[in-house]
Amino acid sequence: MDMIGAQLVNGLSYGMMLFVITCGLALVFGILGVLNLAHGSLYMIGAYVTYSITVNSAQNFWMALIIAPIVVAILAFIIEMTLLRATYHLGHLSQVLLTFGLAYIFHDIAAIIWGSNVLSVALPPSLAGTTVLFDQSFPTYRLVVIGIGFLLAAGLWYVQEKTRWGAIIRAGLSDKEMISALGVNIKLVFTVVFVIGGFLAGLGGVIAAPVLGLYPIMEFQTLILALVVLVIGGLGSISGTFTAAILIGLVETFSKYLVPELSLFFVYGLMAVVLVVKPNGLLGKKVAA
Amino acid sequence: MKSEPILQVDGVAKSFGGLNILKNLTFDVRKGERIGIIGPNGAGKTTFYNLLAGDLDPSKGTIHYCGKNITSMPNYKRARTGIVRTFQKNNLLTELTVLENLLLVLQRKEGMGHIWFKRRHRKKYPSLFQKADELLHTWGLEQQTNKVVKSLSYGEQRQIEILLGIATEPNVLLLDEPTAGMSQAETDYIVDLLRKLPKSLTLMIIEHDLDVVFGLADRMIVLYNGEILVEGDPHLVRNDKRVNDIYIGQEADLSASS
Amino acid sequence: MKKGIVLTAAVALLMGLAPFFLSLFHLNLFTEILILGIFSLSLNVLVGYTGMVSLGHAAFFGVGAYAAGIAAKEMSPNLLATLPIALIATIMVAAVIGMFCMKVSGFYFLMLTLAFSQMIYSFIHQSTDLTGGSNGLSGIPAPVAGGIDFSNPVLLFYFILGVFFSVYAGLSLLVHSPFGQVLVGIRENETRMRSMGYNTTRYKYASFIIAGALGGLAGSLYTSFNGFISPIDVYWTMSGSVLIMVIIGGAGTMAGPVLGAALIVILETIVSSYTHSWMMIIGIIFIIFVVFFPKGLTGIAQSIMHRMTRSKSGYKENHSKAVLKKNA
Repeated sequence: MDMIGAQLVNGLSYGMMLFVITCGLALVFGILGVLNLAHGSLYMIGAYVTYSITVNSAQNFWMALIIAPIVVAILAFIIEMTLLRATYHLGHLSQVLLTFGLAYIFHDIAAIIWGSNVLSVALPPSLAGTTVLFDQSFPTYRLVVIGIGFLLAAGLWYVQEKTRWGAIIRAGLSDKEMISALGVNIKLVFTVVFVIGGFLAGLGGVIAAPVLGLYPIMEFQTLILALVVLVIGGLGSISGTFTAAILIGLVETFSKYLVPELSLFFVYGLMAVVLVVKPNGLLGKKVAA
Repeated sequence: MKSEPILQVDGVAKSFGGLNILKNLTFDVRKGERIGIIGPNGAGKTTFYNLLAGDLDPSKGTIHYCGKNITSMPNYKRARTGIVRTFQKNNLLTELTVLENLLLVLQRKEGMGHIWFKRRHRKKYPSLFQKADELLHTWGLEQQTNKVVKSLSYGEQRQIEILLGIATEPNVLLLDEPTAGMSQAETDYIVDLLRKLPKSLTLMIIEHDLDVVFGLADRMIVLYNGEILVEGDPHLVRNDKRVNDIYIGQEADLSASS
Repeated sequence: MKKGIVLTAAVALLMGLAPFFLSLFHLNLFTEILILGIFSLSLNVLVGYTGMVSLGHAAFFGVGAYAAGIAAKEMSPNLLATLPIALIATIMVAAVIGMFCMKVSGFYFLMLTLAFSQMIYSFIHQSTDLTGGSNGLSGIPAPVAGGIDFSNPVLLFYFILGVFFSVYAGLSLLVHSPFGQVLVGIRENETRMRSMGYNTTRYKYASFIIAGALGGLAGSLYTSFNGFISPIDVYWTMSGSVLIMVIIGGAGTMAGPVLGAALIVILETIVSSYTHSWMMIIGIIFIIFVVFFPKGLTGIAQSIMHRMTRSKSGYKENHSKAVLKKNA
């Protein structure tokens, strides 16, 4: 019983990390139509920046929580302004390939700056302990991650449903031409959304760093899991991404616990089943790609 | 000309997310008929073609072709059994040449799509290429044979759009605004070619140019708000007050916009 | 046309004489180019001719490589056994993966192929008993066939050269056959092809399996050549590399993918003796090609030729197949 509870918390917190990472990817894909294959790299840079900030004092983690996402957001801003904006005329496929090239470049940049060793990020004492809940003690940080995930989901829901920017994004997710019909500067929307996507990737990097650690090719592993979440959740649906992230988080954690050799198999198998039964994802709209 | 219906449309409806584009269409088409379909923008004409050609599934109702229920038959199978459509917006293989476009149609009819290791060359398939040459000659496009489609004028591309449909040698040809955007001379040329099509071919034409459609059709269907408003002899339709009120009133806008 | 035959014959002759003027190191490099050339030619069927961009082609390379390796170790190193086993294994895997992937298109296709290839990767990575896991499969005996021992690199080179030419010739014929032209039609406009009466799904499926089978062939040759295979050759960066080869070389042309493979292999050999940041270099080159030369090396060659022969009236414009320009 204790183990199930612990795994449940592990799975949920893992799912929430996936949600934070994937919703940035989903937003960019939904609005810009560009599948950003460098999204995992942005996540990785968020994690490495966190490492640099906290390497001398674990207490700096709080600072990293703010600084790292902003650093990555600035990086995303530069990418959008210099590379993507200049190449919209080339079409979406070319831009996807462009982000793929970027992923290669970032991989080596990270190796040059931070080396190729496995690194870890220490938590500040206030987060490192355990918390007792329902007569059972859980790692505090896991619970915090779950909290952050729900908070972000609620925040995104609020922005989408209640604000003007949310209305624009909602319109853009269902029909890109609607954005210009609303009389909004579409280039500005693209930039803002890409920067938000970068911010969320960076935030994912900070949150995941103490749990998942840092190692070469971490960005590719994360990107692929994010893509799986995206496919299962369906396009143009933040609630779909949320559901799929939790599902994948739980499936991977429990299968790792029960049959460790086949854990990734369960994840990909789940994706295959979802695609056969519901080709547009769990909550997605019609595939427009 | 009384014969068995080739197409039977029975209670067909289509809705997109609560919006009823087509409501309860019912009518028969006889072999060799020339049917004109008119109606204001948004009446559901192209949606109707999508249902007939199998590009969309109807929400309700059935479609029979030569007595066979084809309601859920996929689009490519319908094309094979002889229901062929053209598109309102040119929908061609624009990076390929005119000849290559046409050969794809003709080789499918010859069942050559499964030949893997024989170069599709004039010397190897003389009759296929000859047929393509003849069609291009009939349509006055032989000068364009080896030109890439996207390098042609809009009118020429429009001609190829229709030619690809006709080259399939369909039983039922669904033309979607064949002369849209063409000059008067090009329009006359196309109408003349359409008149020369074999009498056994069943033809349906969506058209905004009323001169074209009244010149070709021997029966008219007027769609309005997803329903058949009037159906029958072109003369009757032309003089129908409702048609004049709804359709002719909009014609001014249409000619202005095109 | 005649010029083309003369050129092909000259290139073939030069390649055939390679062992006489190349050092062993360079001959091995050349052999590797030929293997990766077959690999990128196989992906080109899918990406360049059918217009389906896959980011999971390493799966087939890996299945072919491991199937050949395991067969050589457990049964017999005879090429008459290992090659057919590798081919059958990859065709079966491609047939299964293809059934799922045919349900989607565009970026969804890209993501699905990627996910399936990672599934194969994690299977290979985790089945330590069968594949050696993360240590790779080593101790694969050198291939033999009909009394010939291919542990001699020159003999192996000739064998691989022969396979390369067969694949190249076969694919040249295939893409110009009525079937190949249907694939090109699907790349250009699938909707229209369906309106013409083509069951495009079946053609795409066939294209997927052909690409997979030839990818597996390349993988099995790689095992024979290297005597070793590790999970990193099945990782998605391998899928990325081969996609980069196809696009840098020129998707939708026959020579392009081979040139792309040659460029990448040669560059990697030169660059990696100076710096470890090979991925950064390839990333930058790739971006330059995507932005400035979307038609790849063959596109560049064509425009140079075009400029040179512009004055001649008989020049027939060869419309480069710009796959990238299409909005996916």
